[in-house]
Amino acid sequence: MTRAPGTSTYRALGLGISATFISVVVLIPLAALVWTSVADGGDSFWAAVTSPPALASLRLTVMVSLGATIVNAFMGTLVAWVLVRDRFWGRRVVDALIDLPFALPTIVAGLTLLALYGPRSPVGINVAYTRHALVVALIFVTLPFVVRAVQPVLMEMDREMEEAAASLGAGRWAIFRRIVLPNLAPAILGGSALGFAKALGEFGSVVLISGNIPFRTEVASVYIFGQIESGVPQAAAAVSVVLLLASLVLLTVLGLLERRWSRHAHE
Amino acid sequence: MPTSSGRVALRFVALAYLALVLIAPIAWILIRAFSDGMTPVWEAINRPAFLHALWLTTVVTLVAVPANAVFGVIAAMCVARRPPGRSLLAVVVDLPLALSPVVVGLALILAWGRTGWFGAWLADHGIQIVFSLPAIVLATIIVSLPFVARELVPVLREIGTEQQEAAAVLGATPFQTFWRIVLPALRHGLAYGVVLTTARALGEYGAVAVVSGRIAQRTETLTLHVDERFQAFDLTAAYTAATVLALMAVVVVVVLRLLTSEGDGS
Repeated sequence: MTRAPGTSTYRALGLGISATFISVVVLIPLAALVWTSVADGGDSFWAAVTSPPALASLRLTVMVSLGATIVNAFMGTLVAWVLVRDRFWGRRVVDALIDLPFALPTIVAGLTLLALYGPRSPVGINVAYTRHALVVALIFVTLPFVVRAVQPVLMEMDREMEEAAASLGAGRWAIFRRIVLPNLAPAILGGSALGFAKALGEFGSVVLISGNIPFRTEVASVYIFGQIESGVPQAAAAVSVVLLLASLVLLTVLGLLERRWSRHAHE
Repeated sequence: MPTSSGRVALRFVALAYLALVLIAPIAWILIRAFSDGMTPVWEAINRPAFLHALWLTTVVTLVAVPANAVFGVIAAMCVARRPPGRSLLAVVVDLPLALSPVVVGLALILAWGRTGWFGAWLADHGIQIVFSLPAIVLATIIVSLPFVARELVPVLREIGTEQQEAAAVLGATPFQTFWRIVLPALRHGLAYGVVLTTARALGEYGAVAVVSGRIAQRTETLTLHVDERFQAFDLTAAYTAATVLALMAVVVVVVLRLLTSEGDGS
């Protein structure tokens, strides 16, 4: 690749500006966070992370996030299928609505979920202050991830293979399982992983409806918030570092998988 | 082709699911806000606390979105051109997507707060960041950081560097190449990214809740105002503010749709 003279200077300048901006805005605060979590030594970090309420909140966070992720992996794939392969009145409006959980502020989502599925529910469903409420809130905020990951793959997919399988006598379920699903799997997994990462740190939508009962409905982000309000920044920082590491690991694995899948696709 | 009964069953399950977890909650905000008619809604809108929160959210968004647009373009050009260290930059840019907003807020306090790393120095110079506007802006910038860059990286990879090299060979300065070649190609992706950034900036709650101090009519953004009114059992005001935010979200979704169909057309 030939480079025009002068371009490399601008390239270095660009990298310098990005690096400075991101250092001041993101990296310095995160460094302060990590430093605070271990400032009193590794033992106190470990004690803060393994204290019973912290551990309970982390366990609960993983559990409800997994629950919501699994529901949306199934239902998101189904919704994407219906939106791409089916034709019905109002399909485009429904398609547009899928983005709303992303655009809607999480506190507004929490408020309306509490009104709809809380003690004064107009439909007679009350899950407020239970773990089910957490799963419902997380399902709402992570709904777009799998749908939006699967949709483009389904649209691009060549239907000749399916038609060939059908003409050879394969049933609908066999076609889906043997031909469609393997093609969708990377998108389903990728969307689910992003949704799971989002669910692990979710705060606004769960803070009103979960009731934040320690050991019962208190997720990690709410626990951290409580520790900040109680003036225990070290404990808050320690649990935050656990969430930060989980995010980093998920993003790195996702990046590696995407690279591998795109290489397969180009081969 | 599936038989029509199987197809209708799938359609029914998908739409029933969406009705239950997506459409009903959004419809319910509007129903609840206007359940007592227009008068209480109008009163809630005209209260100083609401107007101040709306104004503050607007100011924060107007600072955070341009900052992230400029940074997003530069960062995307860096990441797309594969210099050394780009994967590190890419992971850091994506990080806010997966990071808890509460963690973002705490990190800001520990760096810029009174007892934080730079707290003593800032206090000596009479600068307050945490519990004031700068921290709200910083928190909003962080949580809405990834969107422009994520939209632009694939576009930049797609268009490649040939046109830019041709322009350079023909004597264009790097600056001219950027304005005449790169930016026009990015126009559509940039618009999409800016709308996503705006949505995130308008709606941020967790990070702002931690760093703002929630002082009414001082550091209370619109999302914090929703929460504060709800905790005070002033449900009409809470739902009114929530409705305003929900309508903004609807506008965002409509604009995204228009941008997508425009992108398909060209």
